[in-house]
This record gives sequence, C-alpha cells and structure tokens, in this order.
Amino acid sequence: MGEGVRHAEEVMGTVFSFDVRGGEAGAVRAALGQVVAELHEVDTVFSTYRADSAVSRLARGELPVERCPAEVARVLGLAAEAERVSEGWFSARHRGVPDPTGIVKGWSAERAARRLAEVAGVRGVSVNGGGDVQSLGAPEPGRPWRVGIADPLRPGGLIAVVSTAGAGELAVATSGTAERGAHITDPRTGRPAVTDLVAVTVVAPRLTWADCWATAAFARGSRAGLGWLESLPDTEALLLTADGEVLHTAGLATYIA
Amino acid sequence: MHALRKNRPLRRVVLASATTVSAVVLLLSLKPHSSPGLALGASAQGSGGGASAPAASGGSPTPGSSAASGSSSASGGAPAAGGAAKTVTGETAQTRWGPVQVRVTVTGGRLTEVTAIQYPTENPRDQEINSYALPQLRREALAAQSARIDMVSGATYTSTGYQQSLQSALDQVHG
Repeated sequence: MGEGVRHAEEVMGTVFSFDVRGGEAGAVRAALGQVVAELHEVDTVFSTYRADSAVSRLARGELPVERCPAEVARVLGLAAEAERVSEGWFSARHRGVPDPTGIVKGWSAERAARRLAEVAGVRGVSVNGGGDVQSLGAPEPGRPWRVGIADPLRPGGLIAVVSTAGAGELAVATSGTAERGAHITDPRTGRPAVTDLVAVTVVAPRLTWADCWATAAFARGSRAGLGWLESLPDTEALLLTADGEVLHTAGLATYIA
Repeated sequence: MHALRKNRPLRRVVLASATTVSAVVLLLSLKPHSSPGLALGASAQGSGGGASAPAASGGSPTPGSSAASGSSSASGGAPAAGGAAKTVTGETAQTRWGPVQVRVTVTGGRLTEVTAIQYPTENPRDQEINSYALPQLRREALAAQSARIDMVSGATYTSTGYQQSLQSALDQVHG
C-alpha cells in the first residue's frame, strides 16, 4: 500500500503534480514520461506566449485550423461547447482571435490523468494542473481521494476538503484572484471581470468542464454564477465573495469530506 | 477566540468538523517562509483543522545551515522515505508574546509528533494558555494530518507561486 509514483513537472507556466497508485512502478514511470512529454507538446502548440506556436500563428491568420495539429481543432471544439453552455461567459477568443488558453490546462490535465489510469494495475490517479485537480479511481482500497480547497484569504490553509467518496472520477477546479490577481476577462467587455467573487471552486466529473465553469462563474459574479452552476447536471460549487460570504450549490455537501 | 472567528464567517459554514484554536494560531504565528519540507506537515495539518498550520511551519528546517536556531536530526535532512522517521526543529520565532519553537516528527510522510520546545512562560496567563493550548495544538495537528489531503485545488499558481504552495509541500513530503 502506501505511496505510489509521484512527480511534479513545471510546464505551461505552472506546475503539474501527479500521484499514481497501483500498477508496476516501471510501467507507471514510463507512462508518466510520455504524459509529461505530451504536456510540453501541448504547451508548444497552444502557447500564446510563443510567437511560433500553432495557436499564435492561427491567431495571426498565418495557419488555418486544418493545418494545425489535430488537438487544436479538438480543443477549439470543446471551447465552443463551453462558450455555448456558459451562455458566453466562457470564451476561447481574446480580442476576436482564437485563444484557447482558458481550456487547455484543464483539458490536458484530464487527458494526462486518463492516460495514466490506463496503465495495467493502476487503481488511482490524481493530477493537479496548477491548482485544478482530476482524480480517477481511489488511492487505496476503501479510501477516496481527498482534495483540499485552498483558502484564498489564508495562505497555506484550506476552506474545505472534497472527497471523491465513491465517484470513479472527480475534478476540482478553482478560479480566483489569489495567485495571479485579476486575470479573468469578461468576454463581453474584454476587460478584467468585475465580480464580487474572490474564488469559485467547481466539483464535477471532468476537469475540462469544471475548469471552464469555474472561470465562467467567476466572471459572472456570485448570484448569477451560483444560479447558473446550480442548473448544470453533475456539477457542484463553492463560491467565496469578497466580503467573506460563502455560497454553494445544494448538492455540494455530498462531496465535503 | 470567538472574536477572531467572527472575521471568518465562511469557515463556520464549511468547516463543520474543524475545531480551531485561534489562540494557538496567534501564539504560534511563526515565520511565514517555511521550507516546503516542513511546511508540509504544517500546511497539511492546517488544512484540516485550521489552527495547527503554524505549528509545522515553525521556521525553516534549514538542514546544514549554521543558523543557531534551526537544526535537523534523525535522517539528516533527507526526505522521510518509507517508514523512516524524521525530526525537524524549526527556528525560533519571535512572537509578540515571546519566543516560540516547535519540533515535529514525520514518519512515512505523516506527522506523528508535534512538540513545542520553547514557548512564552513570562506570566501566569502564559502558563494558563500553554497548559491548554499546547496539548490542543498537538491534537489538532495530528488530527488534521490524519485528514490526509492528496492534492490542493486553488487559483492557478505560477511556477514561482507553486514553491510557496501547500501543493508543493505535499509533493515534497511524498515525492
């Protein structure tokens, strides 16, 4: 029992943490190596900080989507879906040009977790993409994954612990200003979102969506954001307002450890 | 203590199971810059119970450093692997009530012992607080550690921000 294979990798301007339980260690490490290489590839393709990335060239109109790596069209498709479901509050465009930055990290962390879960004998995987976590299976028989939600007002502390408690897959994604300031843009104005929120944590089966919904709800603000999150199936959330109010969806308690 | 809690209405809502000893938090407000290795114990516990975080963050373990107050024993600063116990003594922190120093033992990645080896004893009130708070601190720390957080979700950190994060502490202790 006990420890599995763990790894932390600096990529996409943040750090991805991995925890894989079960399986033969050599096979797990080999898969981990592939997964990490893929994350760096994703970064190369999708980075808006690299002028020569496929997405940068796409944004400048130099490269059509069809000639980008296949993941680009796939991710843009997911982003379009997120924009639709979020009623426009999640957007994969910035100043009118394609910018899937907001979805890439969650999507790639979820993909990494699923690849690792395919390794023979693996019973549990948890991948943390810079603060957004995808967990699959369980770390030990009879013990669920436990994910702390960081307290934005008290560094090092947690405001709650979410447990997978029987769910085979669970993602916990948080959007907020605690680490990088006001970086979430209101798609309607193109300016930093005017919001009464400090942080939004979304709990859902898939990190790809949890990440998008956290971003969208944050931009939307507490009241409208909570109402919208409540309407989404299999989605729970915890919202912290700037004046210390805690709001959450009705079903969140199921996941509070 | 309750006056303090009032500043944090959110925690009342969420932390049903956490009994926090704010007095201990104040008493043991140690240096914020703790090394990840030790912060691990610290933050991980703080996570669950809230009060105990500062205990483990008791200053940098600074193995090999010549700092008079920091020392590391047992497995000599190497990350605690397997079941090997590692005891780290934090640097002495000067709080408004006097010096505080904490020693923690990590066994197999779990906090197994918390001892305050230096704490304010200037006046009877100190002693009164200590007789209550120090055992409570230890209990809180161990209980929270047993909460066993695997990962931490929060606003996206930068690579630099990661170094200060609770997630980094978790990675270090288990890695």
